[in-house]
Amino acid sequence: MDLLNNLIFGFSVALSLQNLAYCFIGVSVGTLIGVLPGIGPLATIAMLLPLTYNVGPVGALIMLAGIYYGAQYGGSTTAILVNLPGETSSVVTCIDGYQMARQGRAGPALAIAAIGSFFAGTVGTLLIALFGPPLADFALKFGAPEYFSLMLMGLVAAAVLAEGDMIRSLTMVGMGLLLGIVGSDVNTGIPRFSFGITELTDGIGFVVVAVGVFAVGEIINNLGDPTERQVFTSAIKSLMPTREDFKASIGPILRGTGIGAFFGVLPGTGPAVASLSSYMLEKRIAADPSRFGHGAIEGVAGPESANNADAQCKFIPMLTLGLPASGVMALMLGALTIHGIQPGPEVMTLRPELFWGLIASMWIGNLMLVVLNLPMVGIWVRILKVPYRFLFPAIMAFSAIGIYSVSNSAFDVYLAALFAVVGFLWVKLGFNPAPMLLGFVLGPMLEEHLRRAMLMSGGDASVFVKRPISLVFIIATVLILLALVVPAIRKRRDSVASS
Amino acid sequence: MNADLRNNKDFWAGAMLIATGLAAVLIARDYPFGSAFRMGPGFFPSVLGGVLALFGIVLVARGLRSSEKIVGGWSLRALIVLPLSFVLFGALMDHAGFVPALAVLIFGSAAGGSEFKFGEIALLTLVLTALSVAIFIWGLSLPYPLLVGF
Repeated sequence: MDLLNNLIFGFSVALSLQNLAYCFIGVSVGTLIGVLPGIGPLATIAMLLPLTYNVGPVGALIMLAGIYYGAQYGGSTTAILVNLPGETSSVVTCIDGYQMARQGRAGPALAIAAIGSFFAGTVGTLLIALFGPPLADFALKFGAPEYFSLMLMGLVAAAVLAEGDMIRSLTMVGMGLLLGIVGSDVNTGIPRFSFGITELTDGIGFVVVAVGVFAVGEIINNLGDPTERQVFTSAIKSLMPTREDFKASIGPILRGTGIGAFFGVLPGTGPAVASLSSYMLEKRIAADPSRFGHGAIEGVAGPESANNADAQCKFIPMLTLGLPASGVMALMLGALTIHGIQPGPEVMTLRPELFWGLIASMWIGNLMLVVLNLPMVGIWVRILKVPYRFLFPAIMAFSAIGIYSVSNSAFDVYLAALFAVVGFLWVKLGFNPAPMLLGFVLGPMLEEHLRRAMLMSGGDASVFVKRPISLVFIIATVLILLALVVPAIRKRRDSVASS
Repeated sequence: MNADLRNNKDFWAGAMLIATGLAAVLIARDYPFGSAFRMGPGFFPSVLGGVLALFGIVLVARGLRSSEKIVGGWSLRALIVLPLSFVLFGALMDHAGFVPALAVLIFGSAAGGSEFKFGEIALLTLVLTALSVAIFIWGLSLPYPLLVGF
């Protein structure tokens, strides 16, 4: 049993006192920012990334991953108690979760959300362990043309499947690719887009872009549109769901997990797509659909399982192919490169403790979240009452320290200030900046593989369709682009997005 | 045709893309373009800039037909004050030390919000600065002087 041995090895890594501590810090911070609307995992991970330098890659990744899936748990707490999505992934949980809270059933709603998430997290972890190694083995056969086609497919899929206007998503990917070009050209050493500034010849720092756009830019936006929060606290009486609650939730949890796992491996689809699909499915197959919107527990169980399964399975393409399927995964890739690890299928063979340790830690982290979160709901509710005007200066402080500490340079901080303004303008003009991060991370690799492939083939572009694996990726890319113009699919997608 | 373009979301989004794309193409003209066989450093940015500009034209055209407005407030105060306090932080870190830089940053960004009460913000600055010194300087031992000259 190779799998079993590997898992045991993973647990031996994850259960070291140090890694347990990192996991705990990660899921706690994750829950905290998940509970708080207005700050998401993307900004938090970007902000704390520089502080993980001394931690070592395994601990760093365990902690950052904990922030990510911890935020999914925290987001549902806010959705149920305040009717505000703490994270975008919990938008649909508001619908029935908040109604349950108003009926005095906040406890069972929170408990089912946590249990569903835990189940989905466990399945997600197992899926990574099962499918990770064969996928990585397969990817070891890839050469430059295959990588180029794969990345092209990933970027196009990310743009097309992302929520919102497709043209805008595509151009955001392009904008990221463009930003990734800044710095010395790999082949010739010519500095590009550096405007004679020495600091720019090394390229733009990953943390600078991410923190500038997603932490500071986001704050500027939030200050322009202040929202009121009212916490629904008096309602938590008992946490325990009834036997009927459990019975009604088993089906939605199983189906939600399946849906989440499916969307998880697709690039570009945020967790909101998975949870929304699960909600619509539950409503469609329910015996009495009219209960939905009035506190149906199925409407909490399904979507909450779906978004956690999605979050876990997003790690599969990242860990095995080095391909980020979402903005957060792009950050994880950035974290790997900062620690000097070249992402790709080799990670599994060269750094098995990283892969298996991370998987084991994710299961442990999910367990921590269930055990710790439910009794601590009271504390999270109190944190929810911290007004935003105290919160955002703290985020600013952490962001600034994080950026400065990357290379001890004030220039990076100035550059981040610029990106904050740019990020704000993008959002104002209707762009969703998350796909930009994918382009920014993949850009340099995409260009290198393209140039290497063309060199290999002697300038013959048909190399991308002559090699069978690459051809499959190209066909998939074309199909995805075709979906863009086929009206039926487009209509359906828009109706999903608008509902 | 839509006469009032001032608040037209698609129009300005497209204009931004065209400007960025064209700028990329223009700057990339200084780098060797190379051939398909041996692509130079100018190849990728030129093609990319062109594609961005093309998409920009599509958006501008869409903006001229429809008239979707830019929504939400502009928070001009935050837009100026927040990046500015970042810049001050950077400069003060290099020349004055961790504590003054952080205090200015926290107080400054708090001033960027719409509710501003001096006493409250002063207290917040004090608490957050002390907390950051404890976490980053003592806890994570980042190598920055608390105050330059001391």
